[in-house]
Amino acid sequence: MSDHLFEYLCRMGDNTLVLGHRVSEWCGHAPVLEEDIALANTALDLIGQTTLWLDLAGEVEGAGRDADKLAFHRDVWDFRNLLLVEQPNGDFGQTMMRQFLFDAWHLLQLKALMGSSNAQVAAIAEKSSKEVTYHLERATDTVVGLGDGTEESHNRMQAALDKLWPYVGEMFTSDDVDAAMVDAGIAPDPASLRPAFDALLDDVFTAATLVKPQDDFGHKGGKSGKRHTEHLGHMLTQMQWLQRAYPDATW
Amino acid sequence: MTNTTHEWPLYEIFIRGQHGLSHRHVGSLHAPDAEMAIKNARDVYTRRNEGVSIWVVQASDIAASSPEEKGSLYEPANDKVYRHPTFFDIPDEVGAM
Repeated sequence: MSDHLFEYLCRMGDNTLVLGHRVSEWCGHAPVLEEDIALANTALDLIGQTTLWLDLAGEVEGAGRDADKLAFHRDVWDFRNLLLVEQPNGDFGQTMMRQFLFDAWHLLQLKALMGSSNAQVAAIAEKSSKEVTYHLERATDTVVGLGDGTEESHNRMQAALDKLWPYVGEMFTSDDVDAAMVDAGIAPDPASLRPAFDALLDDVFTAATLVKPQDDFGHKGGKSGKRHTEHLGHMLTQMQWLQRAYPDATW
Repeated sequence: MTNTTHEWPLYEIFIRGQHGLSHRHVGSLHAPDAEMAIKNARDVYTRRNEGVSIWVVQASDIAASSPEEKGSLYEPANDKVYRHPTFFDIPDEVGAM
């Protein structure tokens, strides 16, 4: 049971860690100053949430690892994030589409986790949900603004949606870890979040004049850690370079 | 963003620091519309707990007095010392006025 909980907490923490790092890659490069600051804030929120999830994961594991150890001393095959969040930033539209798709799932997930039988999980979910409510609002506005914008912005948003869509399905798949969490009343059945997710997407894409792809093929292997895309390894060499070059360095 | 006609309009941002105080001008930023201006203001100006309320107004909607008129606008008040309530001690308990 505690193995499964550790695994589950790593999934939550690795999602926010990997996406937080990805979003932070925009720092100093966003199309306008206001977006630059907003993206940096989002990245910081996600890294803050990571600390909470991975510290708790380390506590549950009981092997003396904390959030820093888990973040910087594991390699690709130990990461349990969704494939969606490790995808490269692409253009600004692709980054915001990835953010929207993740936020839409993330908020539903956190709302469900607020009723968790595990008090610490519920507390982290409650704290995070306030930040993620704002992330989702902002991402939604941007997806609608760019989707229903100029011909170029519309085409870029549609291309981003088409490219990222095959990574959506993984958010709603289940395995032994999910089943154990459901049995213990710790977390929701992933599939139970799908109807609300689809309803939100339909509303937003209608407003954004974007067309949801019909093909529901979904890549898998991120949250199980079995088959990450080639992008995660490259990202980790950046994110972890200091701890790889100077193990256990502190300041 | 090279074509200036496609730049977002400028918004002036006003933030109320705490209940009971009035909104204060804190700066300006660009945004495509008023809704996004509030969101941008939240990210740019209230990251460290600075505010409880945000107002935004498009800079072009503000009518301002001209610096050249300062003589006729303000000088008549300067030489009438009895108009300035500087002769009262205000108790600390009154707080911000």
